[in-house]
Amino acid sequence: MQTNNTAIIEVENLVKRFGTFTANDNLTFKVYAGEIFGFLGANGAGKTTTIRILSGLSKPTEGIVKVVGFDAMKQSESIKKNIGYMSQRFSLYDDLTVIENIRLFGGIYGLSNKEIRNRSDELVKDLGIENLRKRLVGDIPLGWKQKLAFSIAIIHRPKLIFLDEPTGGVDPLTRRQFWELIYRVAKQGTTVFVTTHYMDEAEYCDRICVLADGQIKALGEPSNLKHEYQVTSIDELFYRIVKGEDRV
Amino acid sequence: MRSFTSFVIKEFHHIFRDRKTLIVLFGIPVVQILIFGYVITNNFKDIGIAVMDQSNDIHSKGIQSKVFSSGYFIYKGAIRSEKEIESKFQRGDIRAVLVFPSKFTSDIEGSGSSEIQIITDASDPNLANTVVNYLSGIVRQYQVQKLGNGLQKSMMVVETRMLFNESLKGAYMFVPGTMALILLLICALLTSISVAREKELGTMEVLLVSPLRPAQIILGKVMPYVGLGFINAIVILLMGTLVFQLPISGSLILLMAELLLYIVLSLSLGIFISTMAPNQQVAMFISLFALMLPAVLLSGFIYPIENMPLVLQWLSYIIPPRWFIIIVKDIMLKGNGLEYIWDETLILTGMTVIFIIASIRKFKIRLEG
Repeated sequence: MQTNNTAIIEVENLVKRFGTFTANDNLTFKVYAGEIFGFLGANGAGKTTTIRILSGLSKPTEGIVKVVGFDAMKQSESIKKNIGYMSQRFSLYDDLTVIENIRLFGGIYGLSNKEIRNRSDELVKDLGIENLRKRLVGDIPLGWKQKLAFSIAIIHRPKLIFLDEPTGGVDPLTRRQFWELIYRVAKQGTTVFVTTHYMDEAEYCDRICVLADGQIKALGEPSNLKHEYQVTSIDELFYRIVKGEDRV
Repeated sequence: MRSFTSFVIKEFHHIFRDRKTLIVLFGIPVVQILIFGYVITNNFKDIGIAVMDQSNDIHSKGIQSKVFSSGYFIYKGAIRSEKEIESKFQRGDIRAVLVFPSKFTSDIEGSGSSEIQIITDASDPNLANTVVNYLSGIVRQYQVQKLGNGLQKSMMVVETRMLFNESLKGAYMFVPGTMALILLLICALLTSISVAREKELGTMEVLLVSPLRPAQIILGKVMPYVGLGFINAIVILLMGTLVFQLPISGSLILLMAELLLYIVLSLSLGIFISTMAPNQQVAMFISLFALMLPAVLLSGFIYPIENMPLVLQWLSYIIPPRWFIIIVKDIMLKGNGLEYIWDETLILTGMTVIFIIASIRKFKIRLEG
């Protein structure tokens, strides 16, 4: 699904240290516009640190990081305006209604009232939840909540969206539907940067990057990587990399 | 600006959706003032007092008749020698002994001064303090009536805190204290919980990744509570003035400005707590035990600071309500201007600055991490 070769994320020799601990050890990779980029790694491998840097929450210690054309070192505010973010923890407010949540995030990202009205109509229609508009988010089923969170995270039509373990704790059917949503926005040209613990999901990505001990251990299309390591699934690939075994 | 407005609207939604908290918030001060104003004040009556009158003259008798006709005190007999005092206290039927020196009247009319000694049973320090305050108030009234204002200083100088509460109303003591506590409760406790909740639910992450700046997030969190705190303070003040005829002798504007300062201080404390607390439970725990408990016990609201052990007195210096209560009493009861309370005001301002700086530093570290 890689539509063109414009890099939307450019990372060169990224190093992030906390005191003496090196969380990101010399990372170099690019993410191209329109692709679904899977970012894999065991807990503590440095994924979260990288996402925080890419989304402008934290500054790199060394290296060049450019996101949607802005320098993460100096222009984090501009980056923030142009990206979307959704985490495992839903990011919606349970004591606000569906429509109030939409209005809130639309407002935060500077949409006009008219834009918010149009997009929220579109959004609830797309998700088929017109009847839930005025319901508190806390009262709607988990699966819907998650799709809603995703739709709200892209309400301002960002060029790039970060999904940090978006499918944690939901059933397989919902996960499947969620990935259909991801595909749809990718098709519309939004770049998706996703971290996950489910290795079957990694197979859905255009390219994946496997992180261990703060370093990139593997990077490429899932099928190529499987071939390179002589494995049948990403699950197996991941296991071998994390165990520290080299490619065959 | 638009992002900020959306954010503040959301904060109001949170607050108004949570009906139970709102009811508690506005219910507590009303109930508390009524309880303190009526129940506790009315309990103060028929306190047993013995008299050791060594002069038996016009003024010593005059003061006695005023004391025992006040309705607060009951005459429990005369004492002849100092040895009797202790055993009388131990029997528990008296709370205080009023001691007049010999030649009381002639000393006052001659040299212009004499001393009355009030000995109290300090096993209940609170009551003892109240007894002293009431008695000295009565003595002062007597003095003013009989001898005129000019001699006021010459007769006796007692503890001065109830001096300006001449009608001896207990509610006077409780209105500033309740205000100090409620504002601390709303501003510090609720703000810290509200910020901690965002952290706990993970929504803080989302806000930080958004174009909202950290300062806007904090300001947006704080603004609704400034409003709530102010409304609550005004309700308490209205109750004090309308129900208990509490005077506001000083400048209303100064009072409002000090209120605002105290609210901002409490909010910065709340924000500071929330930078330390990872979740709502911890935020609540810190607020209640590190903030509310000392505020109740050490602020002078319930237990007089003078009666505390020295270490606790030192500790009370760092309790914001202690200073706020002094300020409110000074403005409302004494009608004092800023020139009398500038040092207390300066202390509160200093505390505010310290907490704001500390919060910003902590917040930054967390962001960098």
